[in-house]
Amino acid sequence: MIAESPVTLTVNGQTVAHAAPPNLLLVEFLRDTLGLTGTHVGCDTSQCGACTVHVDGRSVKSCSMLVVQADGSSVTTIEGLGEGDRLHPLQTAFRQCHGLQCGFCTPGMIMAGVALLQSEPDPSEHRVREWLEGNICRCTGYHNIVRAVLAAGAAMREAA
Amino acid sequence: MSIGLVPFDYARPQSVEEACALLAGDPDARLLAGGMTLLPTIKQRLARPSMLVDLGGIEALRGIERDGGALRIGAMALHADVAASKLVQDAIPALAALAEGIGDPQVRNRGTIGGATANSDPSADYPAAVLALGATIQTSEREIAADDFFLGLFETALGRDEILTGFRFPLPDAAGYVKLPNPASRYATVGVFVARFGREVRMACTGAATHVFRLFVTEAALEEDFRPDAVGAVSLDRSLLNADGHADTEYREHLVSVIARRAVAAALA
Repeated sequence: MIAESPVTLTVNGQTVAHAAPPNLLLVEFLRDTLGLTGTHVGCDTSQCGACTVHVDGRSVKSCSMLVVQADGSSVTTIEGLGEGDRLHPLQTAFRQCHGLQCGFCTPGMIMAGVALLQSEPDPSEHRVREWLEGNICRCTGYHNIVRAVLAAGAAMREAA
Repeated sequence: MSIGLVPFDYARPQSVEEACALLAGDPDARLLAGGMTLLPTIKQRLARPSMLVDLGGIEALRGIERDGGALRIGAMALHADVAASKLVQDAIPALAALAEGIGDPQVRNRGTIGGATANSDPSADYPAAVLALGATIQTSEREIAADDFFLGLFETALGRDEILTGFRFPLPDAAGYVKLPNPASRYATVGVFVARFGREVRMACTGAATHVFRLFVTEAALEEDFRPDAVGAVSLDRSLLNADGHADTEYREHLVSVIARRAVAAALA
C-alpha cells in the first residue's frame, strides 16, 4: 500500500492542500483533482508541450512532473493568466493574429510564449521560434503563433 | 486523459546522507533528479522502481560557484541555470552554450547536469563536456576522474548506493561544442566537445557509440596544430558505432570528422 502525501501548492494565486499519491502527475492533479481542464494532455510523452504550465515562474511540461515534486510551489495555468474577463496580451494577440486553428496546443503555446516574454521582453523572431521548440502545433505551421508572440511583446512593452 | 504512472513510494530527503540511507534500504529504489528521462521511462513501463528518492529538496546540490581555477557545479543545477549563469558564461562559455542547446526550454527548466551525466545516455550532450574538460565527478563517497566515469550504455562508475553530488571543471584556454541535433528531440546524432589547456587538447564525442569516448588520434593532431583543418578523416571501428533511422554507421563516422572540425572552429571563434 502506497501512502498518500499531503501537498500544498499555490495554484493561480489560491492555496490548495490535498492528499496525493506519489505517482500522480501534476497535469492529472490540475485537470482531475482541481478541474482546471485548460491545461491539455497532448502526447503524454513530454514531446508536444500542450501541458505547459509555470512552476515558480518557469515553464514546465506538467505531464512530466509529479505533483509531490511541486509541493510548496506556485503554479500558474492558462486559467490564471488573464484578469477576470480581461485577456492576457498574448491571448489577445493569438486572437488578432489568428494564432490558432483547432486550439488544442494553444494553452501550452501561450504559457510557453508568456514565459519567454517575461524573461526577454523584446525577443527576435528567431528567438521566438527557438523558444517554442518544445511545443508542437499541427494546424498553423507556426507562422501566426510567432507573429502573435512578437505582437504581444510589442503591446506589453508599449503598456509598460 | 493521461496514461499515468504505476505506483511507487516517494521520499524527499533533506540531505545527501539521508538519500544514501534510503537508497541502501531498498534495492529497487531509484534517484529522481529532474525526471526528464526517468518519468517518461516509468510511463513507458521500461522502469518500475519501488520508490523514488527525490533529490529536489537538497539545497546544497544546486549551487554554481567559481572555486579558484575551477568551476564547481552542483549535480542538481538545472540546464537553464547553467545556460544563464554569468559564472559559467565567463569561465567556460562552451559549457553554457551546450546547456542552452539541450532539448527545449521546458526540459531545461527541469533537467539537471547530474541526472544527464549519471544516466550516460549515448546521445546526451553533457557527457561530452564532462569528458573533454576532464572534470572531476564528486560523489557521496569519493571523487572520480571523468576518464574513469563513463563505462558503457547507460552505465557509469557510480555504485548502487552512491550519489553524484557535483562537478569540478578545470578552466580551459579554449573550448567549443557542436552537435548535429536530432531535429525532433535535439539529442546529439553526433556531438563533439573540444577543450585546449595550454598545449594539451582533449576531444570527446557523444552520439556515435554506446557512450561518450575520446578522439585520441585527433587530439594529438590538434596538439600540433589547433585548427579545423588539422582534423583529418576520423577512422572508427564501425562495429562499435550506433545506427538508427536517422544515421547509419557510415554516415555517423563521417559526421564525427565534420562535427569535430566545426567544434575546433567554435573553440577558435
